[in-house]
Amino acid sequence: MDNELDFEGYTCPVPIQPKDTVVLGHGSGGRLSHDLINRLFLPELGKAAPRVLDDSALINVNGQRFAITTDSHVVSPLFFPGGDIGRLAVCGTVNDLAMVGAKPIALTCGFVIEEGLSFEILQRVVQSMRDAAAEAGIFIAAGDTKVVQRGGADKLFINTSGIGSVDVGVDISGENARVGDVVLVSGTLGDHGIAVLSAREGLGFTTDLQSDVAPLNHLVKAMIEAGEVHVLRDPTRGGLATTLNEIAKQSNVTIELLETKIPVKPQVHAACEMLGFDPLQVANEGKLVAFVRPDDAEKILDAMHWTKYGEDAKVIGKVIDAKKAQVRMRTAIGGTRLIDMLQGEMLPRIC
Amino acid sequence: MKYVDEYRDPAKVRGLLGEIDEQVTRPWVLMEICGGQTHAFLHHGLDEMLPGGIELVHGPGCPVCVTPLEQIDKALAIATRPDVIFTSYGDMLRVPGSTMDLFNIRANGGDVRVVYSPLEAIRIAETSPEKQVVFFAIGFETTAPPNAMAVLQAKQRGIKNLSVLVSHVCVPPAMEAILSSKTNRVQAFLAAGHVCAVMGYHEYPAITEKYKVPIVVTGFEPVDLLVGVLAAVRQLEAGKAEVQNAYERAVTFEGNQTAQNVMNTVFQPVDRKWRGIGMIPQSGLGLRPEFEAFDAEKRFSVGELVTQESPLCIAGEILQGIKKPPQCAAYGNQCTPQSPLGAPMVSAEGTCAAYYRYHRELVPNG
Repeated sequence: MDNELDFEGYTCPVPIQPKDTVVLGHGSGGRLSHDLINRLFLPELGKAAPRVLDDSALINVNGQRFAITTDSHVVSPLFFPGGDIGRLAVCGTVNDLAMVGAKPIALTCGFVIEEGLSFEILQRVVQSMRDAAAEAGIFIAAGDTKVVQRGGADKLFINTSGIGSVDVGVDISGENARVGDVVLVSGTLGDHGIAVLSAREGLGFTTDLQSDVAPLNHLVKAMIEAGEVHVLRDPTRGGLATTLNEIAKQSNVTIELLETKIPVKPQVHAACEMLGFDPLQVANEGKLVAFVRPDDAEKILDAMHWTKYGEDAKVIGKVIDAKKAQVRMRTAIGGTRLIDMLQGEMLPRIC
Repeated sequence: MKYVDEYRDPAKVRGLLGEIDEQVTRPWVLMEICGGQTHAFLHHGLDEMLPGGIELVHGPGCPVCVTPLEQIDKALAIATRPDVIFTSYGDMLRVPGSTMDLFNIRANGGDVRVVYSPLEAIRIAETSPEKQVVFFAIGFETTAPPNAMAVLQAKQRGIKNLSVLVSHVCVPPAMEAILSSKTNRVQAFLAAGHVCAVMGYHEYPAITEKYKVPIVVTGFEPVDLLVGVLAAVRQLEAGKAEVQNAYERAVTFEGNQTAQNVMNTVFQPVDRKWRGIGMIPQSGLGLRPEFEAFDAEKRFSVGELVTQESPLCIAGEILQGIKKPPQCAAYGNQCTPQSPLGAPMVSAEGTCAAYYRYHRELVPNG
């Protein structure tokens, strides 16, 4: 090149932050969701809420502790490999209760239906809810139905709320992680997110992968009986990366993971490589991460292996420090990197 | 996973690191061209495992980062129109124009859709004949052939409601721009393996000849990257400046002729602004006159739109490898992926985003 270029003075501009309008990223479960909760919901609605933000809130009624929680489900498509919106709606709330160590008792459900939905589809969804509730050992106690005009919703939205009881002595919370705690996951990561993605049109890939959507309350019961569990969380939207960052922050600890120990199915690995996603940021609906007392880790892992949804449970890391809220990874080749939470929407990269 | 695990083998990595260590007798500055390579170095923690004498500076090879502001403003102007379905690769949605990004357009009712292939835009055009479908054709020589193919197919099939907003850029002119800059520190290049898979490396001997720097075609896995670094260091230590292919499983000298033919049929070289760098003559690709009918700039009369960049971050110096992200005062505090000040923090392939995700604790103010 003959003419030397003058590089100085070229800079780039300030991007626009979604300050005035809700964007899809606010519902991603990642940092934008946290911002929305902290900036808008908590200041207005959170005055009486418990200090700790876990998957369920604990309330005390005449000396008996109960857990309550709620979750709305807007998945598209309604039916995906390994599950559907009905199973998801039951399992999501059952799992949120189980993650504070509660025994789920009953759910309520609210249906928002777009005019034009066929009875056949609705019936299949409801039967799936019935089966999931039976598997979890809970009952659906109350419900509500609203129909909106065409275009007012995308076919079917389901909200479920749930209640469970918490036994004396059970103390499970995102702020209970301690130095030395062993970190376990109950199985392979990213199955649900990639299975749902593969069912959407326009992606150009197919897979035999099934969503992992499942009720985890029986697994949690086995774990609590086997040893001392400090933290439980189901890494749904935002994946394990987001969940662990939340826990690191709540407990103010440094968590170190070993890349070689993290269970990821080859299909999920391949899809993530292709689309530019990180399996640690992909959603799960039937997995949990647990922080347990080091001396009990072996017993708890053993108990998990005997349950249906914990067969592939593995130790993936530990809490190494209590000075800095951080999640680190020892990479397979011996390097280290930070693990960050999902920012907004998962965006496939260009090349 | 096959074709991945064998290139992430810890024993091979240790062996290569040892070999590089044996070769290095003095400090060297290497630039990896591609944002994908930058991310791979940091994702695996490989940059910190290299011998101290090797400094990596991170090149301008992030297609999102270098797409100029005014092309994004044109995209936003088009995407706002009620008669338009605007289609784009996912990364571009978050890149800001002067006042908005494509996410905002979508939240305010614009029909903005992420596609994984430009051929998907054709399908949308066919199924939505009442709408104008626009595809944002950005990227290097890697995305240019499929984008050209979409235009070609649209012409052959007589699809009238599809157009493309073109902002393609080419790697070799950028390498020359960096080497000819008076602030240049780069002593060897790790050339972008994916670009070379399409283009081959027949364009590079002229550059090594003129500027006396080694260019090593390099892949993206840890073993690939280290093989590239080792080859570059060997050349530097021996005083050589040659073109070498360290990514033979994907790259040939001539490259993919079919892809190049499609690209050359539809596109021709044009002057192009690079965000953070500026105008580089003949560094971009634009539609040839016979495909003018598919030019979204003409169809929607946004060709005259000109935007000035505002001086708020040091992206220009980052993209040329003059500075590292932690040397920017805004990095890690005012500028994060959540609240980016500059394009390198926006894209998943951007240098600043890679540092923020994987190395934040290295930053004094992070």
